[in-house]
Amino acid sequence: MTEAVPPLVCLQGVTKVFASGVTALSDLDLDVRPGEFLSLLGPSGCGKSTALRIIAGLAHPTSGSVAWPGAAAQDHRGEIGFVFQEPTLMPWANVADNVWLPLRLRGVSRRDAAGSIADALALVGLEGFAATYPRELSGGMKMRVSIARALSLKPRLLLMDEPFAALDEITRFRLNDDLLRLQGELGCTVVFVTHSIYESAYLSNRIAIMSPRPGRIVAEIEGAARNERGTDFRTSARYAELCRRISRQLEAPIAGASS
Amino acid sequence: MKPANVTPRGFLRLLLPAAVLAIAVGTWEIYVRAAAVPPYILPAPSLILWTMVADWPLLSASLLTTLKTTLLGLILAVVGGVALAVLLSLSRIVEYSLYPFAVVLQVTPVIAIAPLLLIYMPQDAAVLACAWLVAFFPILSNTMLGLHSVDRNLLELFELYGTSPLQTPWTRFRARLRALWILRRPAALPAFLTGLRIAGGLSLIGAVVAEMAAGSAGAGSGLAYRIIESQYRLNIPRLFAALVLLALTGVIVFLLLSAFAHFLLRRWHESALAREA
Repeated sequence: MTEAVPPLVCLQGVTKVFASGVTALSDLDLDVRPGEFLSLLGPSGCGKSTALRIIAGLAHPTSGSVAWPGAAAQDHRGEIGFVFQEPTLMPWANVADNVWLPLRLRGVSRRDAAGSIADALALVGLEGFAATYPRELSGGMKMRVSIARALSLKPRLLLMDEPFAALDEITRFRLNDDLLRLQGELGCTVVFVTHSIYESAYLSNRIAIMSPRPGRIVAEIEGAARNERGTDFRTSARYAELCRRISRQLEAPIAGASS
Repeated sequence: MKPANVTPRGFLRLLLPAAVLAIAVGTWEIYVRAAAVPPYILPAPSLILWTMVADWPLLSASLLTTLKTTLLGLILAVVGGVALAVLLSLSRIVEYSLYPFAVVLQVTPVIAIAPLLLIYMPQDAAVLACAWLVAFFPILSNTMLGLHSVDRNLLELFELYGTSPLQTPWTRFRARLRALWILRRPAALPAFLTGLRIAGGLSLIGAVVAEMAAGSAGAGSGLAYRIIESQYRLNIPRLFAALVLLALTGVIVFLLLSAFAHFLLRRWHESALAREA
């Protein structure tokens, strides 16, 4: 079935060399399939974030191409939601105005955006916080606002750059579950950058493992399907086995490099 | 916010300096009376107060003049400083070509420029120009700092959602204007307000310096001129009275600008938050 549907985004031979001479990515091939939850997993500094920024159009590859096979339009930025590692909220604006930002930049007035803002806040469970200022929120709630902002444009593709890395484990687990629920409800595609084996195993349909500098995809592992993830998934043998396979793959390129 | 300020600690913070002031003024009064110091050397606080009341018509007119210069200088500095900061932040070329001159203007002690200004300009304009010159730079530099201190990720979001796919110089300029309005303007507000508070005090200093330079040339009517004039006439109580009024003006300008800053930042900025016990 996967052959019948063209990929949403297609990275081919993407190489990125920074002005400093550092090669962040080297000959990276990656297909993002519609509707999937894809994790980019690798040690820090392996170019995961760079790959994500290239998909978003925030950075341009030195060579190679980024293509959206199924789409006619050239500009895909309206279809993308981006979540940074930090919540990146505007401290001077309340929650609703923060969520409004992408719509505002797309020329939607505050009044016309009211519905979308309320919907996005409801999705992340922050209905009562529209008038609250970011400083009054906890780290997890700020991240929810950040996700709501990314969802306000109803993106087809949600790009997340280690969004939960700075949160405590309890909050992270809760947000992981919420994210899976959101993806189920919205049917959007997610590309999720992480350096946590457990997070990638828990969340993903597919895990792309990257080697350290220069970044390349060294292995792809099929994750759990949606229906496999019940409430006990975190303690299941299937989850433990996935984690084991992922960590073995992660160790492989490092062992290869050091020998 | 209000009840938090009426805590014993807040009360103490008002009471203690007031007590220190009362003791200092009391000691001064007692010393002058006990040692019979002549008023042309050191007038007693009571005499200064009495002089202030007796000379009020003269002093209040001078106060008004100095106040006008200070406020007008400050307003012009805000307009000029913010306008230039915005211009410099919009274009690197403009920034590189103009900013060094703004620095030169700042590091040159104004008192050295004041006599020149008095040659080229009418008296009032020269005094105003002096107040403007010293108040201008803190506004410019702080506003520039603020305009540059936007979260980089927010600017990336802006790029992601805000820019049009057509990259012409005009669309780039428009995108920059929007980023300026939506992101840089609020981000710059705290730094701007800090600059404003500094500039308020400096504007008063600039006005006083220029009045002194002008006053020694034989004209003018501001408080600083009154001080010079009182010195020539050995009217030391009036000199002190004018000095007290200048100090009070400085304090009031600072308090008003601080209250203004607090009012604008009270909803979101760390500096304006009441500390929770």
